[in-house]
Amino acid sequence: MQKIEAVNDFVVKFANINGSGSASANELFARAILRMGVPVSPRNIFPSNIQGLPTWFEVRVTEHGYLGRRGGVDMMVAMNPQTWDQDVREIDPGGYLFYDSSKPIPRSRFRSDIHVLAMPLTELCNDTYSDARERQLFKNIIYIGALTQLLDIDPAEIEKLFGEQYKGKEKLLESNVQALHLGRQYARQNLKPIALKVERRDCVGDRIFVDGNSAAALGCVYGGATVCAWYPITPSSSVAEAFQRYTQKLRVDPTSGQHRYAIIQAEDELASIGMVIGAGWNGARSFTATSGPGVSLMTEFIGLAYFAEIPAVIINVQRGGPSTGMPTRTQQADVLACAYASHGDTKHVLLFPEDPYECFEMSAQALDLAERLQTPVFVMTDLDIGMNQRLSRPFTWDDRREYDRGKVMSREELDAGADFGRYLDVDGDGIPYRTYPGTHPTRGGYFTRGSTKNAYATYSEAGADYVYNMQRLRQKFETAKSLVPLPVLSAARFPARFAALFYGSTSPAMHEALDALAEQGIYINALRLRAFPFQNEIADFIASHAKVFVLEQNFDAQLTTLLVNEAGVNPASLVPILHYDGTPITARFITQEIAERVSKLNVRPLRENMVA
Amino acid sequence: MTYLAKPKLHHPSLAKNRVGYTRRDYEGKISTLCAGCGHDSISAAIIQACWELDIEPHRVAKLSGIGCSSKTPDYFLGNSHGFNTVHGRMPSVLTGAYLANRELIYLGVSGDGDSASIGLGQFAHLMRRGVNMTYLVENNGVYGLTKGQFSATADKGSRSKKGQTNSDAPIDLVTLALFMGATYVARGFSGDKAQLVPLIRAALAHQGAAVIDILSPCIAFNNHAGSTKSYDYVREHNEAVNRLDFFPQREEITAEYGAGELVQIRQHDGSVVNLRKLHTDYDPTDRIRAMSYVQEHAARGELVTGLLYVDADAGDLHEQIGTVEQALNTLGAAELCPGSAALEKINASLR
Repeated sequence: MQKIEAVNDFVVKFANINGSGSASANELFARAILRMGVPVSPRNIFPSNIQGLPTWFEVRVTEHGYLGRRGGVDMMVAMNPQTWDQDVREIDPGGYLFYDSSKPIPRSRFRSDIHVLAMPLTELCNDTYSDARERQLFKNIIYIGALTQLLDIDPAEIEKLFGEQYKGKEKLLESNVQALHLGRQYARQNLKPIALKVERRDCVGDRIFVDGNSAAALGCVYGGATVCAWYPITPSSSVAEAFQRYTQKLRVDPTSGQHRYAIIQAEDELASIGMVIGAGWNGARSFTATSGPGVSLMTEFIGLAYFAEIPAVIINVQRGGPSTGMPTRTQQADVLACAYASHGDTKHVLLFPEDPYECFEMSAQALDLAERLQTPVFVMTDLDIGMNQRLSRPFTWDDRREYDRGKVMSREELDAGADFGRYLDVDGDGIPYRTYPGTHPTRGGYFTRGSTKNAYATYSEAGADYVYNMQRLRQKFETAKSLVPLPVLSAARFPARFAALFYGSTSPAMHEALDALAEQGIYINALRLRAFPFQNEIADFIASHAKVFVLEQNFDAQLTTLLVNEAGVNPASLVPILHYDGTPITARFITQEIAERVSKLNVRPLRENMVA
Repeated sequence: MTYLAKPKLHHPSLAKNRVGYTRRDYEGKISTLCAGCGHDSISAAIIQACWELDIEPHRVAKLSGIGCSSKTPDYFLGNSHGFNTVHGRMPSVLTGAYLANRELIYLGVSGDGDSASIGLGQFAHLMRRGVNMTYLVENNGVYGLTKGQFSATADKGSRSKKGQTNSDAPIDLVTLALFMGATYVARGFSGDKAQLVPLIRAALAHQGAAVIDILSPCIAFNNHAGSTKSYDYVREHNEAVNRLDFFPQREEITAEYGAGELVQIRQHDGSVVNLRKLHTDYDPTDRIRAMSYVQEHAARGELVTGLLYVDADAGDLHEQIGTVEQALNTLGAAELCPGSAALEKINASLR
């Protein structure tokens, strides 16, 4: 029988039961490989549940550093009887099935084209431990031990990780090490060697291993956010929780012990965005983190902030919709909902981070953009980036960097007789000056309202005032083009007829797919969009190719629609390639979809007007 | 409403307060509400209270939701920043503003539709959090701007101008505020300025969530026989439990009181509230009793007004969450950005 052979390039998938303590054990497995200098990309595939339902953890070991989801499974660690059949089916032919053989499983439920590694884990645990919780937790460590033996993972790395985790808790440390070696010993004595191996390399470099939600929260700390108002919603809750964690360490006044931040868990998303807007109106940098259903609730307020021109940052960790939809699955399905959030003629700035590094960068930048443009700014991340730990460039910060507080008129300027019109365009960029409440006893005060106003913020329902305001807002949106991050081009090695556009979490799978396509002789110029409004270069890029594939993780081709609407792109030149089953897009999917389309597009009829 | 523009020039002999402002400096744009609207009397009471308290107008931030009442912040304190937010959501915007700068005085103006119908949730949660603000509900039991529909404070059995009878139970905002943890709760009547002005003054000085439910009849849609929010009805059923004299911390207490009729409450900021008891059995420092008292009298068809509850030692949200004394909106990168060295440490911990 064929045996999958691979060094530092395979996928191990763990099938577990939620709440069994498997997540931390599996993370240990991933980290140990990282510590051996080999990149990994883990993904948690979890249910909307606390205990009992199936959960999976997929670890891609990738010396090449391909951090997207590959697709396929080389080794299944099947620890959940509920999902056994499905898990066994998923293994690639020649792959490996590791399972708990304490209870016999009928032969009919195995496959003949895979290699089976049977280990009586429950029996081993019951023989060794008497406490029920210990039996459960150490079972996880024992199977990790067996896997280190099978895959040649250095146990010293795991022991080091235990040492960091259980610093000062010697007893716990000792019993974990013991469980690890119990597993190793069993595997050494009883299991046949396999052909998947981890070998020490130096491919990780100075990269860090972090989830996008923590990175976004840290970006908000560095970007100077002082007010965070939020409402718990998967998969965004850990943004606010990480902000709390980081600010407790980094934002406490050293002498008084008081906080240079305020975090409010609001009663709902209506209140959280209201607080963000109130704080923004009053000159504090503020943000909220939410997901699609939260954005839906916030849209009335977002419209007010757009017209009243109040800075606000909304970190949208996207998931499947609707409210009772796929809360623990990833999608890029809020693009249109956010770009046009609210009633009336509104358009919003969107940023699309590709990984934790950009979550950090763009969250900090969003706070600058929101104040410079005096408008809501969305950071459009998703569950795949937000809730999975990803190998990422280390965070950087230039200590000379100043916050861009935008056009704020000071007391001195008002005293000097500056003409203050809250909604007046004084220098052609469409951005007016604002004042913070309480600035000046007699000047600069104004009444904030939606769109019934003139340039001096006086109540007006006059058509001409409304038209002036809308045209200025359009100019402001034009100005935004010059401020938001530029797209990033990955040019093909040879001149290419075809191009691809992609954004956000599709990035790692896309880069891998581009390599795979190039190996097949298919050369594609790829452009990663990082923001809306779209710069003019994007339309030029599209116009210079015969066809442009637009890779999206949603059903409706939402970015494609936005490109047609907002960049004046010919719809016929765009070919959407859509992945929307809730799992992260894979390189295999992209490669296959593009290769298929390219081969069709390259077909030439033998004679005119005849199909080949 | 009036179409006569107010003269911009002030008479030189107008009295000035300690911070150098005349009463006229606390005015705003000309009201666009109906002539005789209770809300205009409330605006006048706010102007009076702020002038008397020597508050610099620009140190007040006035926020409102949507509705007739929520339009009024344009009609007083013209040099203050105002914010007409969305319907029923003023409390959250005000909370955010207050988080950003704890040094300003926050005045929230809302109505019964805005606070008891669409905004009931935000009203309640603001009280729970102890946001340091004065929350005025201009309560007329009716939607004025949309022409006469019942609001959630309309009494069961009361009749609309068009003759419909309200079959829903009313929400009593005073009871709700007490229940939700507001630390200053009062009820006033737009037609009794002598009672209302001191209530507003003491509320502005209160360090915590202060609510005044102000009965403010709607002259256009809810001032007929069969309404329980009309001028006549409120006058007939008004049961003031006390008369309040408010003394800011620096002012000497000048009023004289008869034996046994005085309750004196010293607030957190040093100001003193003197209450002349009208109901001898009423204790405005007993929250639980206040709730039942209000309900007992409501059951008899009486509308209890006056200062119903005050917790003189109330703390506010900033105290509870331990924010720095300095306004958050004045902090710059030096105070907020941990810098590259700290970031390098974080990077190291993530390897």
